[in-house]
Amino acid sequence: MRPFTYERASNARAALRAVTDRPNAKFIAGGTNLIDLMKLQVETPAHLVDVNHLPLANIEEVDGGLRIGALVRNSTLAGDRRVREKYPVLSEALLAGASGQLRNKATTGGNLLQRTRCFYFYNRDTPCNKREPGSGCSALEGLNRMHAILGASPTCIAVHPSDMAVAMAALDATVETLSASGETRNIPLTDFHNLPGVEPQTETQLRPDELITAVTLPPPPPGGQVYRKVRDRASYAFALVSVAVAGGRIALGGVAHKPWRATRTEAALNSGAAPVDAADAELAAAKGYGGNDFKIPLVRRMIVRTLTQSAARETEVKHG
Amino acid sequence: MDDLAPGYPSNILDEDRQGVLGRPLDRVDGPLKVAGKAIYAYEYAGQGKAAYGFIVGAAVATGRILAIDTAETSRLPGVVLIMTHPNVPTHRAYVTSGELPSGQPPYGVGRPFLADGRVRYHGEPVALVVAESFEQARDAAARVKVSYEAGPKPATRVKHEAAHAYAPKDVRGFLETDSSKGDFAGAFAGAPVQIDATYDTPFQNHHALEPHASMAVWQDGAVTLYVAAQLPIDCRDVIADTLQLPPEKVRIICKFVGGGFGSKLRTEADAVLSALAARQLGRPVKIAFTRQQVVVNAAHRTESIQRVRLGAERGGRLIALAHEALEHTSTFDEFAEQTVDATRHLYAAPNRLTTHRLVRLDLPMPGDMRAPGEAIGMLATEQAMDELACAIGLDPIELRIRNEPKVHPETGKPFSTRHLVECYREGAQRFGWDRRPAQPATLRDGRWLVGYGMAASIRSNFMATSQARARLAPDGRLTVQTAMTDIGTGTYTILTQIAAECLGLPVGQVTAEIGDSDLPRSPGSGGSFGAGSSGSAVYYACMTLLDRMARAAGLNDPSLLAIKHGQVSVGGQTMPIDAFMAQYAPQGIEADGEIKPGQEMRDYSQNAYGACFAEVGVDIDSGEPRLRRMLGVFTAGRILNAKTARSQATGGLIWGLSSALHEEGLIDERYGKFMNNDLAGYHVPAHADVVDVDAVFLPEVDDKSNPLKSKGLGELGICGSGAAVANAIYNACGVRVRSYPITLDKLIFDPAFPTPD
Repeated sequence: MRPFTYERASNARAALRAVTDRPNAKFIAGGTNLIDLMKLQVETPAHLVDVNHLPLANIEEVDGGLRIGALVRNSTLAGDRRVREKYPVLSEALLAGASGQLRNKATTGGNLLQRTRCFYFYNRDTPCNKREPGSGCSALEGLNRMHAILGASPTCIAVHPSDMAVAMAALDATVETLSASGETRNIPLTDFHNLPGVEPQTETQLRPDELITAVTLPPPPPGGQVYRKVRDRASYAFALVSVAVAGGRIALGGVAHKPWRATRTEAALNSGAAPVDAADAELAAAKGYGGNDFKIPLVRRMIVRTLTQSAARETEVKHG
Repeated sequence: MDDLAPGYPSNILDEDRQGVLGRPLDRVDGPLKVAGKAIYAYEYAGQGKAAYGFIVGAAVATGRILAIDTAETSRLPGVVLIMTHPNVPTHRAYVTSGELPSGQPPYGVGRPFLADGRVRYHGEPVALVVAESFEQARDAAARVKVSYEAGPKPATRVKHEAAHAYAPKDVRGFLETDSSKGDFAGAFAGAPVQIDATYDTPFQNHHALEPHASMAVWQDGAVTLYVAAQLPIDCRDVIADTLQLPPEKVRIICKFVGGGFGSKLRTEADAVLSALAARQLGRPVKIAFTRQQVVVNAAHRTESIQRVRLGAERGGRLIALAHEALEHTSTFDEFAEQTVDATRHLYAAPNRLTTHRLVRLDLPMPGDMRAPGEAIGMLATEQAMDELACAIGLDPIELRIRNEPKVHPETGKPFSTRHLVECYREGAQRFGWDRRPAQPATLRDGRWLVGYGMAASIRSNFMATSQARARLAPDGRLTVQTAMTDIGTGTYTILTQIAAECLGLPVGQVTAEIGDSDLPRSPGSGGSFGAGSSGSAVYYACMTLLDRMARAAGLNDPSLLAIKHGQVSVGGQTMPIDAFMAQYAPQGIEADGEIKPGQEMRDYSQNAYGACFAEVGVDIDSGEPRLRRMLGVFTAGRILNAKTARSQATGGLIWGLSSALHEEGLIDERYGKFMNNDLAGYHVPAHADVVDVDAVFLPEVDDKSNPLKSKGLGELGICGSGAAVANAIYNACGVRVRSYPITLDKLIFDPAFPTPD
């Protein structure tokens, strides 16, 4: 860990000032990923601005939807009655992630900003374009069982590890930000994360002088909701693939550098395609890198299954 | 047969007078641990301000160091010492296992670090940075600039080096490399039913909860090392030999060890470098491995390629049996895991062949991990037996019973005890084995394909010379001492129980002192020999103590003295033990005890046994394999503590599950490095994966093992249990995966996997 200085911010504007005033400063909230990466010197901030005490930890009902403060802990959000009743896909996704202890610390905003779990990103003595731009991507021809099949680039084939964000992508969530100059932006969650392109080190649309203040969910879409995560063990494992279904909207996890909205599948389903063909519409562009080839047929299987499950839930809701 | 050793006669432990031994006594050290008052190596303080060392590992797998630039590092605040191969104090040269006298285990000889500029494996220590704080040391270590002349592309996989395999002279100095009996090739060729299958097991890495850690403190030319060690005496000898000191100038303290599993048998870089640095600095030095450093600085388990051939009659009787293992050692020393050893003891077959072959890889030294040999060997053989049972349509238990030997199948020696068939039957009954579907992929529970599997367990019983001291204080409190360790196994508790049972005292009046190399010599914890060896030494010390009490009371016949619940009956009189001591031995009484492996160890095949059962579900959509429940039924001689024994056994079963489904050390062959070096990337079962696991011990006493009549059981649970899971997966979905771990991608794309409906 590099030596760093620390301060606790009392309001959002002060936090933003603190982080923009000093070079190489970063916000810290739950710290469940940042601290690990600092120990490994993958992250080497010189200054940390603790935002845990900002008044951003409320869940409010807004316009038939929910506005989730950036500091709402994952466990709080998963257990919120409104979330469980109206957005079960989100609650299920949160509970499928990490462990109880981590969920108690991890925040909504921090979850969106967590870094990939690619081994090469974590091991500083191997090339990684995300950690050290221009050094190369070791995963391309290396250990890539966990890696992307959609939207990857020769520069980076890492995946975003969040479960929560996949559900939010299916729910058409919006990320609300505040900048040092007081500007607020509302960024659709599906646009919030970048594809790796040639700059995999820049992972989101968030600017250095911006802070995530909330995530807003519109009213829940009609139809069943399901989050299905496929993983190597029953708890505390990152998704091999995951599928979030919320009514007619489908998002995939574990397949790309971002939570992947399966718009081609949605469109195919809307025009009456069978689930397996709708899945294939999305997977036409998929590419495996050896270790992760299995993800392509696995996604196909899981889209089909999850659609069946969500349809069954919809029926349950109607008749139950 | 009448010249066979007679075994250990009936003794006070058989009488169960005090009613303590074998009972599920809570751990006597439990309150200390849950209160955070048990002091582990890295937590010692108060002997001068400690400095903190951090190890720099090589960034290449082969080659040599060209230069080490420490200019930036040495200017950082807090840095007090940078040790590299040009400036490391002279210490002993590396001794390979081949240079040791025959039969001497390698755990007690010198282990140099930073000794030269050669790089033998990725992560090999190339520098030590010592600073005032751990964080300063870690940051400074990251700024040491080492340039290398990279060597050839590292050899890192067994499968690629198979053409260069060689037969070691022996396996670990005490086992034959190969064994054969009859005419395997001919008998196999003529067998009506043949199974010829090759199984792969991956590298496995140690991840004990407590990473390796040490603190060295020097005073008057002698060093005390607080260290996470399984073998205090060997650790002392390593430090003495490495630093060229007389052994009496070294003291090892390891009162509490947060898991060993074989990873703390060898004395590693934390211990040697903290001793060197503390001497140079004249102040205590602490070094702990990070989680990532454990992976490369501690032993790992070899990956293996195992060919198993079974030739059988149609009724299931084995005619020919072969088990051949290909595994690895390092380029600079030899360690051969005894992968085929269990096959030599388990089933009858007149024609047999077992072999070990090694390749040399540019990796750290492989080494011991819980049940070296059985743990991975039985993943292969016990799955092969299931394949045979399925091939001939016989119940897997019945197949095993038909091949149960009456005497050792290779040597003809009698078994000390062997109640394996009873384990099968009891386990089958308790588990509901009769509900196992005879045809794979025919039992459903919602989206789950459900299957049952079983496997045999066997683990050789060992003993090592051990000494102990028992001291009865004037107030009637008993203290027993031995240089043994409690690595989470329950040593403190079982030694307390043995001593209390022998002396007829309530357990609250007995204290076990261990974890100090200045105490009477003990082999430490390893190979499941710890309880039987150290417990027997305590038993003999206590028996001698009883004898001395009788003499103190003027009795020539010690049987005239009896103690129960702290009340001493002597010459028709009964008195509290403190009154007895006041009257007859006001200074207290002390006695020593020793156990050595006797003729019984040579005359009998001694093993602990069991039967493991697993029920799994395989998700028909995703192929995710999940354990539903697991049971082990074992026999291991007298059980010294029902609770700690059960914990050991369930822990072993869970590790078997882990081997079947999860664990795999992943190497990037280009860099020669273990890449999944944390617990997010290296999976072991988490709570949700271990929902219903139980272990049962059948009553047994083995009078050929030791005076306690116990057998080692710390490793038994892992033996065979992974194969039971693999066999259950086959039963669930009809896919036979011969490459561990069994992950969903190996299942759903197999043509035999059922199509989701």
